[in-house]
Amino acid sequence: MSALLLTAAAPEGLNRVPLDQIGGLLLPALGDTSIMVGVTMLIVVVVGVPLGALVHNTGVGGLFEHRLVHAVTGWVVSLGRSLPFLILMAAIIPFTRLLTGTNIGIPAAVVPMSLAGIAFFSRIVENALRSVPAEYSTVARAAGASRLQVIRTAQLSEAIPSIVGGLTINTIAMIEYSAIAGTIGAGGIGYVAVTYGYQRFDTRVMIATIIVLVLLVALVQLTGDRVARRLTPRLRFAASSRS
Amino acid sequence: MLPPGSPYCLLMIRIQQLTKVYEHGDTRTVVLDRLDFEVAAGEIAAVVGRSGAGKSTLAQCVNLLQRPTSGSVVVADVDLTASSERDLQTARRQIGTIFQTDGLFSRRTAAENVALPLEFLGVTAKESKKRVAELLDRVGLEDKASHYPHQLSGGQRQRVGVARALALRPKVLLADEATSGLDPDSTRSILGLLRELRDDLGLSILLITHEMEAVREIADTVARLERGRFVESGRVVDLLQDPASRLGIDLQPLRASAPAAPGHTSLVVTYGRDDVPTDWLSLVGAEAGQPLQLLGAAVEVVEGTTVGTVTVGVPNGSLISVQDALARHGLRVRPVSSPAATYSSSDAILENVA
Repeated sequence: MSALLLTAAAPEGLNRVPLDQIGGLLLPALGDTSIMVGVTMLIVVVVGVPLGALVHNTGVGGLFEHRLVHAVTGWVVSLGRSLPFLILMAAIIPFTRLLTGTNIGIPAAVVPMSLAGIAFFSRIVENALRSVPAEYSTVARAAGASRLQVIRTAQLSEAIPSIVGGLTINTIAMIEYSAIAGTIGAGGIGYVAVTYGYQRFDTRVMIATIIVLVLLVALVQLTGDRVARRLTPRLRFAASSRS
Repeated sequence: MLPPGSPYCLLMIRIQQLTKVYEHGDTRTVVLDRLDFEVAAGEIAAVVGRSGAGKSTLAQCVNLLQRPTSGSVVVADVDLTASSERDLQTARRQIGTIFQTDGLFSRRTAAENVALPLEFLGVTAKESKKRVAELLDRVGLEDKASHYPHQLSGGQRQRVGVARALALRPKVLLADEATSGLDPDSTRSILGLLRELRDDLGLSILLITHEMEAVREIADTVARLERGRFVESGRVVDLLQDPASRLGIDLQPLRASAPAAPGHTSLVVTYGRDDVPTDWLSLVGAEAGQPLQLLGAAVEVVEGTTVGTVTVGVPNGSLISVQDALARHGLRVRPVSSPAATYSSSDAILENVA
C-alpha cells in the first residue's frame, strides 16, 4: 500500500493507465507470455532431451562412446550457453528471419528463446542422466535391450524426476527471457513492465506486472515440484495402497 | 568348473583361451589370462577369488557386456565372441544375469521390473502379465507385485532380480556376487532358490562369489581365480576331502574353538573320506584308551557327504595313538604348516600347550 501512496505523491504521469484498465492490459500480455514460453518449451523438450542423451552417451562409458561427436556437441551446447540472451537474440536475427520471415513478434521471439533453452536443457538432461547409476544400463543390456531401449528405460525413465525439476528451472528462465524478447515486439508481461512501468513511469502497472510474474513463477515452481514428487515412488505416500 | 573334455554330454558354457587385456596408453593390464572352462547343463559352477582377481570382468565377458581381447565364449551352442552387437542382443536372452546390487529400476514396481526383458523383446502386455505372475510366484513374491523396490527388503529385491533374470526362460544363470550384499538369512534363501531353479528347470548356474559358504552350500564345482588365471579347480566335495588342496582348506567351514586343557594338545581334524563313521569320536577315544575332548566343530553335509573341521583336545601322552586311530577312520589331522593358518588367526590350528 505504501507503494501506491508513493505513486500518488509522484508527479502525475500523463499517460497513466487507469486502475480498472490494468487487468485488460495484463491479461492478453499474460496470454502472449504463456504462448511464447509454452511453444518454446515444447521445442526445447523435443530437441533438448535427445541432444542431452546424445552428449551423455557419446561421453566416456556411454553407450556409443565417440570422442569427436561428444566434443563437437558439447562445444556447440556450451557456445549457446555462454552468450547473454540479448546478444544471442541480436546475433541470430538473419537466422530468425530465414525461419519465420520476420524479426518481430512472437514467432521471432520463439527462435532465439528455443536456441537458448535447448542449450540450457540439454545440459540439464545430460546432468540428470549422469546421476543415474550406470549399472541400470548394464542391467538393461544384459536383459537384451537395444541401445534405444536402454536410453528410454534405464536412463531417461529413471532420470525423469530430476529432468522435471530441471524443466521447472528452465521454464522459469524462459519467462525471464520472454521479457527480454518482449523488447523486439513480442509482447508479453515483460514487455508491459518495460514499456508502461519503466519507460512511462507508471508504477502501478510495474507493481501489477511484478505481482503477476511472481505468481506465475510460483505456480510453475509449485506444479514442477508436485509433478516431480508424483513421479518418484519413494516420495509418493499413497504408493503402497495402489492396487 | 570342469576341465575341458569332461564326460558331461551337454555343455552349456564353453570358454576357451579367454583373455582380457586393458590398455591405457603404454600400460597393458592382463585381467584374464587364457582361461579355459566348461559348465555342463544343470551344473552349478562357482568361481571364487579375492577382489581384483578378475571375477567381475569374467562375469561381464561371459555375456559379452565386455568384449574379450581374444578367446571364445560359447553359450548354448552360440559363439558369442563371433556375434555382432545386434545378434548379441538375441544371444544374451539365453543368459539370465543376477547382479550384486539388485539393479531394480526405482520407478517401476516389482512386476514392471520383472516384465522389463519381455518388454524389450516386444511381448504383448497380456502375455507378459501372465508370465510375470508366474515368475513372481516362482520366487515367492506373488503378493508383492505392485510394490516398489524401496518397499522391499534386500532379500526380496534380489528375488525380484532373480525373477527378472528368468523372464526369457534362459538356459544359463549368471550370478555375479548375487548374495554379497545380503544378510545371512537372505543369502541362504537366495542360494536355496538358485538350487531349486537348477533342480526344477535344469539351469546351468555360474556363481561368481567370494563367499566360501555359498560355494559349499550349492556349487558342484569350483575354481579359484587369481591374477587372471585359474590356480585350482575341481569338484567341491573332492577339494574338501583333499588335505593338500589349498582351495579345499579355504572352503572348510571354520569356527572358533576352546583352548585345550593343560597337558593336552589341540588337533584340527578334517573329514577325508566318504565313509567316516558317525561315531568316530568315541571309537577313536576307545582305541587310544583316552577320551577325546571336543573343543570346537564346524561340520556340514555337502552332496550327501559329511565334511568339515573338528578341533579335539588330546592328552599329550597319547598323541601318536590318537593320530593313528584318526587316520584309520578316514580323518585327517591338518598339518601345522597349513596355508589356512595364514587366513584364520582366530583359529588355533595345532596349538601346543607346553
